[in-house]
Amino acid sequence: MTTSTARAPAGGTDGALGRPLVVLEKVNKSFGPNQVLFDIDLTVHAGEVVVVIGPSGSGKSTVCRCINRLETIDSGRITLDGVPLPAEGKALAKLRADVGMVFQSFNLFAHKRVLDNVTLGPIKARGVPRKQAEQRARELLDRVGIAAKADSHPAELSGGQQQRVAIARALAMDPKVIMFDEPTSALDPEMINEVLDVMTGLAHEGMTMIVVTHEMGFARSAANRVVFMDDGRIVESNNPDAFFSHPDTDRARDFLSKILHH
Amino acid sequence: MGVVFGHLSDYASGFWYTVALTLASFLVSLLVGIVIATMRISPAAPARAAGLFYVETVRNTPLLVLLFLFFFGLTKVGLAYSIFVSGVIVIGAYHGAFVAEALRSGVGAVSKGQAEAARSIGLTFSQSLRYVVLPQAFRTVVPPIGNIFIALTKNTSLITVIAGVDLTSAADRLNTTYAQAIPIFFGAAVAYLILTIPSGLAFGWIERKVAIAR
Ligand SMILES: Nc1ncnc2c1ncn2[C@@H]1O[C@H](COP(=O)(O)OP(=O)(O)OP(=O)(O)O)[C@@H](O)[C@H]1O
Ligand SMILES: [Mg+2]
Repeated sequence: MTTSTARAPAGGTDGALGRPLVVLEKVNKSFGPNQVLFDIDLTVHAGEVVVVIGPSGSGKSTVCRCINRLETIDSGRITLDGVPLPAEGKALAKLRADVGMVFQSFNLFAHKRVLDNVTLGPIKARGVPRKQAEQRARELLDRVGIAAKADSHPAELSGGQQQRVAIARALAMDPKVIMFDEPTSALDPEMINEVLDVMTGLAHEGMTMIVVTHEMGFARSAANRVVFMDDGRIVESNNPDAFFSHPDTDRARDFLSKILHH
Repeated sequence: MGVVFGHLSDYASGFWYTVALTLASFLVSLLVGIVIATMRISPAAPARAAGLFYVETVRNTPLLVLLFLFFFGLTKVGLAYSIFVSGVIVIGAYHGAFVAEALRSGVGAVSKGQAEAARSIGLTFSQSLRYVVLPQAFRTVVPPIGNIFIALTKNTSLITVIAGVDLTSAADRLNTTYAQAIPIFFGAAVAYLILTIPSGLAFGWIERKVAIAR
């Protein structure tokens, strides 16, 4: 399959980057008296796969949640494909439709069949006719390997299957970018790969992705860039080979030694 | 008991008035409850504040006072609704505050991730309530709404004091004429039970029904 969006090969130079798609400029965010993000600057280009790593509480989830405005920011600017995030309302909903989000806890709609989980967004947010939406949903379910479960309810699926449905649900909106917040952390080890395989496939097809994960194998094989966060700051941002073989900062070295040898 | 069986038609007309008042008020309370609950969980702070103000003032005032205030107060300023319509508005608005709180706690029982996932696929706030959160909240909300319905049924008897012709007032008028309080009000109590006990059973049935439909 060929894609029009050229991706820099993993570990390569940034020569072939697409347009800036997600841009954060000097983003600050506090919860009450607790400042959790400090002057975050981050640009994700079309077709780029950015892996975000860092210790627990460093603000990785909050960055993702700010990008589709599940959290509001205190200062700074976030733009999506050149458009600043609108305030709550119809315009925001429209913009969120372009930003996929895959949660650690899947968050499939518990009262709906798998197929209806995937078609709800296209039908209600985009006005796609039901028949067309269902056909597309079946294609996507097939692609993530669970076409046979289309009529099941989420509770009848394994964690790995639920997460693949969640990915299909995000893909059904044809998003410009998909964010994954620790998509495999809640999974039994034997199910992690089935989800990572789907994600790696997406990465190679040119999907723009922001992935919070501790799966270093995925970061090495699929990421163009690794962003390391600590204490609400982006401490390092580099291509995976450089980052893993010789991190610039002590904090990153320290973190890597902990997660790689436990 | 002879006085009761001799005046079944008085009971019947009061009974049907009470049924009509109950159903109409309940409908109003559901509408008010949905609107207020939506305000209470809205992302807009002024809407939340207004919703909270409504719930707290209405819940903390006696229904009888609200009924007097509305019925006699509006007459004073030259606005007048019929007794029945006044009853529907006041009883509906009053119990709407309780319905709002029941709905709000039902929504709270649906995990936050459900609404976040809904908004992440581009649904608006009201769409995410309508298609994702409320259908799941409905399940937990049936028992408390059933209790509110029964309380509302009994509270319609207050319309007697603004001269509504409900079941209680029918019994009261009979008692004025015949002065046989025990059989007459016992008859009224039985008539209320004929209303409330089947309602309780019906809500239990709905509860089981929506539990399976999940
Ligand atoms: N809703 C909230 N209210 C208050 N504090 C919050 C909230 N969400 C996150 N925080 C705080 O913000 C900080 C960053 O949290 P965040 O969830 O972004 O970290 P993380 O890097 O994703 O961590 P983890 O690896 O544990 O998921 C933490 O100190 C956390 O306690
Ligand atoms: Mg997190």
